[in-house]
This record gives sequence, structure tokens and C-alpha cells, in this order.
Amino acid sequence: MILVDSLTKSFRVAERAGGALGTITSLVRGRYRTVDALKGVSFALGEGELLGLIGPNGAGKSTTIKILCGILEPTSGTCEVGGLVPWRERVRHVARIGAVFGQRTQLWWDLPVRESFELLRDIYRVPPDRYRARSDELIALLDLDRLLSTPVRQLSLGQRMRCEIAASMLHDPRVLFLDEPTIGLDAVAKLAVRDFVKTLHRERGVTVILTTHDMHDVEALAERVIVIGKGVILADGSLVSLRRGALAERRLWVHLVRDVTAVDIPGAVVRSRQGRSVELAFDPRTTSAHRLIAHIASLFEVEDVHLEEPPIEEVIARFYAQHAVEV
Amino acid sequence: MGAWARPYRAVFRARFHLLVQYRAAALAGFATQCWWGAIKVMVFAAFLRGAVASPMTLREAVDYIWLGQAFLTLLPWTADPELARMVRTGDVAYERLRPLDTYAFWYARAVARRTATPLLRAIPMVLTAGVLLPLAGLGTWGLAGPDGAPAAALFAVSMVICVALSSAFSTLLDTMVVALLSERGVNTIMGPLAIVFSGNLVPLPLLLDWLQPLMRYQPFAGLLDTPFRIYSGHLRGLDAAAALGRQAFWVVALVLVGRLLMGRVMSRLQTQGG
Repeated sequence: MILVDSLTKSFRVAERAGGALGTITSLVRGRYRTVDALKGVSFALGEGELLGLIGPNGAGKSTTIKILCGILEPTSGTCEVGGLVPWRERVRHVARIGAVFGQRTQLWWDLPVRESFELLRDIYRVPPDRYRARSDELIALLDLDRLLSTPVRQLSLGQRMRCEIAASMLHDPRVLFLDEPTIGLDAVAKLAVRDFVKTLHRERGVTVILTTHDMHDVEALAERVIVIGKGVILADGSLVSLRRGALAERRLWVHLVRDVTAVDIPGAVVRSRQGRSVELAFDPRTTSAHRLIAHIASLFEVEDVHLEEPPIEEVIARFYAQHAVEV
Repeated sequence: MGAWARPYRAVFRARFHLLVQYRAAALAGFATQCWWGAIKVMVFAAFLRGAVASPMTLREAVDYIWLGQAFLTLLPWTADPELARMVRTGDVAYERLRPLDTYAFWYARAVARRTATPLLRAIPMVLTAGVLLPLAGLGTWGLAGPDGAPAAALFAVSMVICVALSSAFSTLLDTMVVALLSERGVNTIMGPLAIVFSGNLVPLPLLLDWLQPLMRYQPFAGLLDTPFRIYSGHLRGLDAAAALGRQAFWVVALVLVGRLLMGRVMSRLQTQGG
């Protein structure tokens, strides 16, 4: 469905020395610096897959998405979406994709949501009956009924983002690009967006590429994750394999009945201690949880234990650190 | 053709509906333009009354001035502020996401802007200068009717081409804004050019003799000068036909230049803010 082969993209960025002198010399002779946003990105994605594209700011996620959308031309390399080269056959290509850029708006600021939708209907030349069925469905799924007659500028960010996503699906695209769709949203709106994407993907088999900084989006949605840093792919696989590679440790919380002076258990490291609560870290590949708990129980009177994996944010932060990516 | 044009018609309609809502701005503009029109009529009256062998009669000049006031906003002196905002915020990326010819898409927007806004101001202006002033016994200083039915018909044709030309200029400006990332430079340069060379400041025939050939062939003449001179009968017959031809030529030329520039700009597009 999507084939990306050694894409590179360089931008020219104007530079100027500080101060009045710098301003004047920059008028006479512009100095430019070349920034390599992408340095050879390749991957393939099958029909109906859901890919999470993550990486720190400036890693090249948005550039990749914009090339795949046909908005930007790469400096070198090729890609194909559904058999079309996006920037070369832009008009045919964009008719078949949907896109949401979380920090931008595609709705007409002064128009009520309904009129924006109808304008998009005409722009994508959607037949009236297909539009009716499609918009009814999207309105129900995203609970937009009460928003339709409100001008876009009066919507809250969460309401607007729901409308933006509906707007990107009115022409029934087979591929959906979501560039930071949950940025700035509250918990409820984030859940609504995730649920909707899940429905699209599971029930309609839409291929989705999602970029985000919210690792819960990735945890909730993506079967496959690509980590980009400094314009190259650092990892490509499932979240589980990423976790295994970057930060495999498990954490064991032990709540003791009585105060103790020291906790020293072979195979585990004390991460933190607050009164009678102790947080231990251990490597599940060398130490078994079951034996660890048994050992602790033999030493102390235990009130409660629970086991957890490090939060995904921490895994990713560790991963970035291992790959010396500036965050 | 119908299906092909559907998106462009829809965009035109949406923009047009939106723009005709700015009635307070139109009213303010109308008041200013009445005032300026009155002053200009008095100035030209002082110059032209009793002048012998003037390139333009007082009658023709007065019509030219009032029409100029009525259709002032037909001049393409600024880029579309909405598109300029989209360039600044990066929303312009969405414009490339539409399965449309971006030039035609923006041209349709420009046509809406170059019809809705002038229409709102032209109607009260023409009523005031063409009906109220004569009723008040000031017909000499008001807008007279066109120079006969053929002149009226040719004027209508010329106004249509004028809208096409103005929209081509506007779309070119919009494209330049994408290249330059700001509308300020474009607007600063375009304002005076459009006002002077369209004849809005001083009717072109009243400029120096040696400038006349230059004035005739430059693209801005087709904006106001050509239809207004046809209206008052200052251009007739073959002269009028030739002027219409020049007008149409510039529409084609500016559309071609605009499309060429857009192709170049869009292929080198960089989006702001990642």
C-alpha cells in the first residue's frame, strides 16, 4: 500500500549574525545553512496497517507525512502510495487520502461546521447520496450533531479536532494521515479521537499513519511503531519489542507492615523508598518475579505487592538517550 | 465541464456569501469614496473647464472619476488576507491536499473577492452619483448614462474581462505571498502601481503625451481605464475593440505567468513549524 524508499529532504534555512550589523549584511548577502530533515527513510506498510510514527521534535515525522501527502517534494528517494507517486500525481493522489494536521485547521474559520463539510463535499466531488450516508455516519460516530451549526471559530479545540477528523474522512479515503491529532486535547477528547481511529481501522480497514508525542496514543492504537530521530529510522517494530530493547526491566512495589532499616535483595535494585513502600527494579530475563516475591516474603512481613512495567514515556526517553537523540 | 467546475463554483459561492456580509466596511468605504469623488470632480473641473484641445472632455472625466470611485475595490492592490494568514500559520498545506488545480482554486477565490466587494460599494455609489446628484440638480457633476446602447454592451464585456484580469493579478499576488512568506512587501508595491497605472489617480488619457503609448500597452490599463473610456464614448469602434483585445491579451498573459510561478513555488514549498 505504502512504499517509502530512501527518502531524503534538505531545507535551506536563512542564517544571520546577531545585531544591527548582521541585519545589514544579511540584506546584501544572504547566508544559508542546509538542514537535512530526512536522511534516507525507508519502510513499507501493508493495506489496513496502523503505524505510529514517533520521535522527538524536529526528527522528521511531519516532513515524512507531508511528502507522503504530496505537499512536499523530497530531495531524493521515492515513495508510492497506492501505486501513485504523491508529488508527481498530486491531484489523483490527494483525492484518495485524508489528512489531519493537529496544529492546523482545514475548516473554514467563519463558516458553520456543516457548510465547511458541504464545501469539502463539493471540493472532493462526492455524490450527494454518498455524502449524506457518509456524513450521517461520521456525525454519529464523533457525536457532532450539536456542533454542526456553530461557526468553527467558536468551537473548543476538542470539538474542533473531532470536526477536523470527520472532515478528513468525508470522501471516504483508504489512507488516513494523522499528524499529532491529539496535541493539546483534554483526556476526554483524546479518548474520543483514539476510539474513532480504532473504529476506522478495525471496522473499515483504513490504513493509518499517526504521529504523536503522546505515548498513550501509540499504546492504544499502533501495532507497529517506527521511531525517527535526526532524519533516520532508529527502530521499526512492535511496541513490545521496542520496550524489550530499550528498557526491559520490571518494577515491583512492596508495601511492608513494619518499618525496616535496610532492604537488600539479590537480583533487584531499590529504586525508591518511602516509609514502608519500596520500589524495586529487576530484569525479568535473569530474575523471576515469582522467586523475588517469595524471597521478600521470607524476609519481611508484606502487606501488598504489585508489579508493573516502566511507563512507556520512560522507555522512549531511554531509547532516545541510547541513540543519543537530542530531545 | 459541470462536474469539473463543481469545486471551483462551490469555493466561489462560499467566498462570495462570506464577503457580502461585510456591509459595515462597505458603508464606510462608500462614505470615503463619495468624499474623495467629490473632491476629485472639483479638481478636474478646475483644470478642464474651458480648456481647449484637452485629451478628455469634462463630461468624460467626471464619469471616469465616479466609476473609478464605484469600482475602486476591483483593483488588485492587495493579496488575499485569508491566504496570507494561511501562509503564516502553515494552514496553506491543506490547500495542496485538495484534489484541485491550486491555481484555479485560488483564482475562484479571487473572482469572489473581486466581485463581492466591488458590488457592495458600486451599487450605492452609482445610485448616488447617477441618480441622486442629477435629482438634486447637480447633473453636470454626476455620473451620466453610457454613450448609447453599443457602448453599454461593450462596457459590460470590458467589465467582465476586467474582473478576469483583476483576479489574475490577485492570484499572482497570492502566489508571490507563498514564495515570500509575507504579504507586506507585495501589498506595498502593488498598491501604488495599481492606483496610478489603472488611471484611478488621474485618468490615463490626461497623463503626459509621451507616456500615452506606454500607458496603452501596460496591463493595468485594462483594469479601469479601458471599460470607463468605453462607457463615456472616449473609446469607440476600432479603438474600443483594440482596447478590449489588449485587455484580453493581458488576462491570458497573467494567467500563464501566474501558473508558471505557482508551479515553481509549490515545488519548492517548505512548511513552517514542522
